[in-house]
Amino acid sequence: MSAGTGSPPTVVIVDDHALFRSGVRTELEGLVDVVGEAGGVEEAVRLVADVKPDVVLLDVHMPSGGGAAVIAGVSESRPGQRFLALSVSDAAEDVIAVVRAGARGYVTKSISGEELAAAIRRVHEGDAVFSPRLAGFVLDAFAGELTEAEVDPELDQLTMREREVLRLIARGYLYKEIALKLSISPKTVEAHVSAVLRKLQLSNRHELSRWAVERRLID
Amino acid sequence: MGAGDEQRSAGGLRRDPEAGLVAGVLAGVGERVGVDPLLVRILFLVLVVASGGLLLVAYALAWAILPGGPAGEGERGATAPPADAPGPGRRRRGRLALGVGLLMLAVLLSFRELGIWWSDALAWPLVLAAAGVALLWRQSVADGTELDAVPTAAPSPTAPAPDRRRERRASLLRLYRGGFGVALVLGAALLFLFANDTLGAARDVAVTAIVIGVAAALILAPFLWRLGRKLAAERAERIRTQEKAELAAHLHDSVLQTLTLMQKRAGEPEEVAALARRQERELRSWLAGEDGEEGDGFAGALTAAAEQVEDAHRTAVEVVIVGDCELDERGSALVGAAREALTNAAKFAGPPISLYAEVEDGRIEAYVRDRGTGFDPAAVNAGRRGISESIVGRMERNGGSAEISSGDHGTEVQLRIDRDGA
Repeated sequence: MSAGTGSPPTVVIVDDHALFRSGVRTELEGLVDVVGEAGGVEEAVRLVADVKPDVVLLDVHMPSGGGAAVIAGVSESRPGQRFLALSVSDAAEDVIAVVRAGARGYVTKSISGEELAAAIRRVHEGDAVFSPRLAGFVLDAFAGELTEAEVDPELDQLTMREREVLRLIARGYLYKEIALKLSISPKTVEAHVSAVLRKLQLSNRHELSRWAVERRLID
Repeated sequence: MGAGDEQRSAGGLRRDPEAGLVAGVLAGVGERVGVDPLLVRILFLVLVVASGGLLLVAYALAWAILPGGPAGEGERGATAPPADAPGPGRRRRGRLALGVGLLMLAVLLSFRELGIWWSDALAWPLVLAAAGVALLWRQSVADGTELDAVPTAAPSPTAPAPDRRRERRASLLRLYRGGFGVALVLGAALLFLFANDTLGAARDVAVTAIVIGVAAALILAPFLWRLGRKLAAERAERIRTQEKAELAAHLHDSVLQTLTLMQKRAGEPEEVAALARRQERELRSWLAGEDGEEGDGFAGALTAAAEQVEDAHRTAVEVVIVGDCELDERGSALVGAAREALTNAAKFAGPPISLYAEVEDGRIEAYVRDRGTGFDPAAVNAGRRGISESIVGRMERNGGSAEISSGDHGTEVQLRIDRDGA
């Protein structure tokens, strides 16, 4: 993981629609370095192991397992690989499933090329990328009371500050604007978001498991 | 006895409940033979007494087996009752059958007491067998009609899962009923043999038959198993094909139409974007299907308001709503104010526009944010009713508040209202 701010990050695009891959490639031209494309799960796993990109841009819905299968396949050879999920779907179960599988962020396909490049850079630097909608889902999931089974307050609850940050993301604020509004540094905002991502991936809150289960039932 | 009637049931014989006194069997017979039903009835009564009541059993059998409805009505009359009878109707029919059975038993017992009686050894097995045959015949009639009913019932896309469950339960019920019918007939045969003291000789034959039967079952089991599997697979395939056809029909009606429209309007980017957005929304709600989360609550109303603004001003609004509640007067006021704020954002700033709403235990908050050049709320002419009346005034009248902050980075309208009874 050569963290470099100098050269643009290398990216592999994984999507089963060739038309969409080429569209994204065109949009990202000059912003990041697209080093490969894959149209299927197996192809993607092989390609990522081969070219070792900084970030994998991953479609959630694909035949034979979807984005989660790619993450699982790659994690054997490259456990530190960074993924950014990209999908037309904004159903909670889709979003939650792929983030819990290991993606460091989720954006919808309507995102502009520049925003997408910015999100890729952020994921490359190890930060999390939350769309307003993902922030809404997380607030929803962590809203209810804790049940007996969920005993880990470290993982199963959001702090007040994290809630505030998520609310501002849901309201359409950029990280910089959030930092300004809360009088904290952008780095602190990112730390909060990363903490939320970690909770999202590791918590046993039943809302999260329920969404994950629903997702599995559909596939 | 009665066998003649059964034989003809394959032909045009049917019950005529309209013209009949009890179930219309005799009226149907009369019509079929071309004799006044009254004559048939008199003859029937004479024969009932002469047969020691057993003809009554044949009557009940005919009731169960013969399709209802006058002959002129054709097949429809025959198929309607067994196939698509809803729960209560079926239960009523079950009670009716039970009543008829008990009534017949009473009549038979009176005949027995009066001495107009063949013999226990003959009569009871016949009654049992008749019940079994009635069940089995009823079964095959129902099966036939259900097969007919499948293609017409299939294209209803609304609730496939419960349908399938009901179907499975129905087929289980059919299996039970069939098994019960077979058991009744077999029991009747055994009872007959036993009562006539021929069972001793028959036992050896029976043992041989059972042994051979078991052996045959062992041999045939794998074949039958495979056959069953194949049938299940074919069924699944059929369901898949139907679903595919349904999907194709939907895509044709919606997506293909929209794509055609978009090609025609290719020169008008805003129009194309609006078409695409509307189609996307429609497709999403279709995919979400039965969950239908955006119901008639607060979240649904707010989403609908945002969609109206999107359509009216050809812009996109990013909507995020956390939680939901019933739409009361205050919720409606907030939705109205939010719509006005969205309209302003669409008119003066353009995309991206964010709408975030959160329903908490005690209150509802909503934020409408745009990235326009901003304006000074205080400097806005008080005559501009949009902000002063539709947003701030509306919120305050309903016990809420509205706050507008505007700057170089855009405008944000914050709406806040307490919830009733929370």
